[in-house]
Amino acid sequence: MTAVTPAPPSTAVRPAPAGAVPPGRPAGRSRLRTLAGFAFGAALLFAVAPLVLSDFRLALLAKYLCVAMVAVGIGIAWGRGGMLTLGQGVFFGLGGYAMAMHLKLAAAGPGGMPDFMQLYGQLDELPLWWRPFASPWFALPATVLLPMAVAFGLGSLVFRRRVRGAYFAILSQALAAAMVILLIGQQGTTGGTNGLTDIKGFFGYDLYDPVNQRMVYFIIAGTLLALLALTRQLIHSRYGELLVAVRDGEERVRFLGYDPASVKLVAYVVAAGMAGLAGALFVPAVGIISPALIGIVPSIEFVIGVAVGGRATLLGPVLGAVAVAWARTALSERFPGTWTYLQGLLFVVVVAFLPGGLASLWALARRRDVAAQPLWRGRLSLGRRRAERTEVPAA
Amino acid sequence: MSIFRGRRILAGAMTLVAAAAMTACGSKTTDEGGATGVTADVSGDTVKVGLLNSLSGTMAISEVTVRDSIMLAVEEINAAGGVLGKKIQPVGEDGASDWPTFAEKAEKLISEDRVAAVFGCWTSASRKAVKPVFEKNKALLFYPVQYEGLEQSPYIFYTGATTNQQIVPGLDYLKSQGAKSVYLVGSDYVFPRTANKIIKAYAAANGMTVLGEDYAPLGSTEFGTIVNKVKSSGADAVFNTLNGDSNVAFFKEYKSAGLSAAAMPVVSVSIAEEEVKGIGTQYLEGQLTAWNYYQTTPGAANSKFVAAYKAKYGADKPTSDPMEAAYVGVHLWKAMVEKAGAFDVEKVRSASDGITFDAPEGLVTVDGKTQHIAKTARIGKIGADGLITEVWNSGKPVAPDPYLKTYPWASGLS
Repeated sequence: MTAVTPAPPSTAVRPAPAGAVPPGRPAGRSRLRTLAGFAFGAALLFAVAPLVLSDFRLALLAKYLCVAMVAVGIGIAWGRGGMLTLGQGVFFGLGGYAMAMHLKLAAAGPGGMPDFMQLYGQLDELPLWWRPFASPWFALPATVLLPMAVAFGLGSLVFRRRVRGAYFAILSQALAAAMVILLIGQQGTTGGTNGLTDIKGFFGYDLYDPVNQRMVYFIIAGTLLALLALTRQLIHSRYGELLVAVRDGEERVRFLGYDPASVKLVAYVVAAGMAGLAGALFVPAVGIISPALIGIVPSIEFVIGVAVGGRATLLGPVLGAVAVAWARTALSERFPGTWTYLQGLLFVVVVAFLPGGLASLWALARRRDVAAQPLWRGRLSLGRRRAERTEVPAA
Repeated sequence: MSIFRGRRILAGAMTLVAAAAMTACGSKTTDEGGATGVTADVSGDTVKVGLLNSLSGTMAISEVTVRDSIMLAVEEINAAGGVLGKKIQPVGEDGASDWPTFAEKAEKLISEDRVAAVFGCWTSASRKAVKPVFEKNKALLFYPVQYEGLEQSPYIFYTGATTNQQIVPGLDYLKSQGAKSVYLVGSDYVFPRTANKIIKAYAAANGMTVLGEDYAPLGSTEFGTIVNKVKSSGADAVFNTLNGDSNVAFFKEYKSAGLSAAAMPVVSVSIAEEEVKGIGTQYLEGQLTAWNYYQTTPGAANSKFVAAYKAKYGADKPTSDPMEAAYVGVHLWKAMVEKAGAFDVEKVRSASDGITFDAPEGLVTVDGKTQHIAKTARIGKIGADGLITEVWNSGKPVAPDPYLKTYPWASGLS
């Protein structure tokens, strides 16, 4: 990423917003606090949640945590990199379908075919592109590498051509729509609108057994913590600072001799990999992957969770994604007829009164002086400050 | 060049996670399939049942009517003393037109509310999503909508028509009217695609030609091209498996292209009284539908049902086939429970065979083997008043055959 692309001479360098490159690195004390935060998060997810929640609620939490993984990736690409990725459903879907295809084939046994193919496809043999997924050594890496490869291909095309802002968002939406149309059209080999359902086994373990469902939950919780650790390292690295710099002043970074396209590409590919992993783990947790989960609407919902939580922070996306998913369940259970209005109201309230997201609540409570500042400046600087201070214990 | 700092933190965090994961799942994992099933809570003087319908999203307009009709049946049963002396307490959940949400809510109804049975679902995709949940928990679902067949879950009772009670009679009727060619139009999802496979197999065996087959995405309103193709094909009839809003656009386009029910009739399998109201009778008058029940179906049971429904929800509310099938489902469940003498799912299932109910559509009988019900097939013509009048019926209830095993032409289908 030190490849030098000479900036076009005509490009005016925009004035950099205040605090574009955070100078602060976590000091020794804050490292300790990070560790304490992770320990707290691990205790919450591994000890408290399984003790307090029923099997059903724990399975729901597993589903929320999968959504949170996608959110962590969006936090990097959008919060840190400024790329509004409105098509993460594609990568989530690629990971999910790769995993589901493997589990369907494993359930069908060697030489067998998934049940739906005989019903809707009337195929005599397995389609060629399904075959590699019979092997876990192919399918498992594919859940992450396939989305990353697609993101790499797409990213190298669009970032070099300096497609950004609304155009990038529209492009990612179009990709999500195209993928859904493709899946529905190929009903015989993809299951169509039904998707791949009835996933009963996970590498020899019966998913109908609550003990194994618990195991899946632990795998998901552990993966989420690992992704958070990875993300923390990433955003505190030199690369992480470069990424924020590209977000806040792309032309200026180019002028300094960096290649913003490569910097953005890395963040986009990492986010895609996280979404793919989330999709792969979603399948054993929920037992279904379908076009309804990966189209335009779910892709936007991923981003809403991140916005609600606070996009530029480490934990904000996770908190937001879990909070939105939990609110959806809780509201729809209590008010089956009117919950959509309440959910909409909640989004409006958060975006209007808490633009820094839920994660800024904590800072708001800590920094009373913010209240003394003009509202507009206070909010802006809040997000910024949160961006620098990521050593918040898990909540 | 080292990009990452503080590797030790990462290593520390990973070790912690790994250690926690190991202690957590290193214990017992039983492989013999520990699914025990959740027992319904029937300890009090009420028994809970689940209502799982989309109250929001694109399917809400149809599914809310089904929910209303289930509520009517519940009230009737409660007014008559309940089931086995217990009043029914309905628990409603919103499937939100989203298939994984259906699965989540089904699981909630079964394991949190511990309902004795669940009534609901509309689209095949939602049924496919909840099917594993019911099978895992050994709980009961009553599914009220006509569907594409080729399914037989031990934990689902199908009170709507399977293909041989709706699509095949529809084709028989067209054949008897002298139709030699058909054009297939459908929404792009599992039901139309599977239905059209069956139609093509039927056509091949009965000397009919299929002149074209087109799919529009669910919710699509662009039908200029498709209608032009239909028109230029010169087919004797059109078989329509479009769902929802698309029908509005399709029939408007159909009329403005100069096509009419007299010249090229359209047989629809997803347009009932409720949808006729939405599409507009001026576009639909004279077109055909294939169902098992119409609001106009004669009989005391139907007069009573229609009157009760209108009294509860308003005189302008029509009754339709899926609503009637949902209503029948609740009454059939009550009859099964009373025959079994218990709410226990396995006992209810084994008591189901031969249960009859004097339904608004006529006498229906449960087939315990397939868990479908024998229903009379009816072809109807849409009138100017928005109601559908029967022009043909099968004379007696047609035994369900979800895999079309008794039809030689269908041998290649499943």
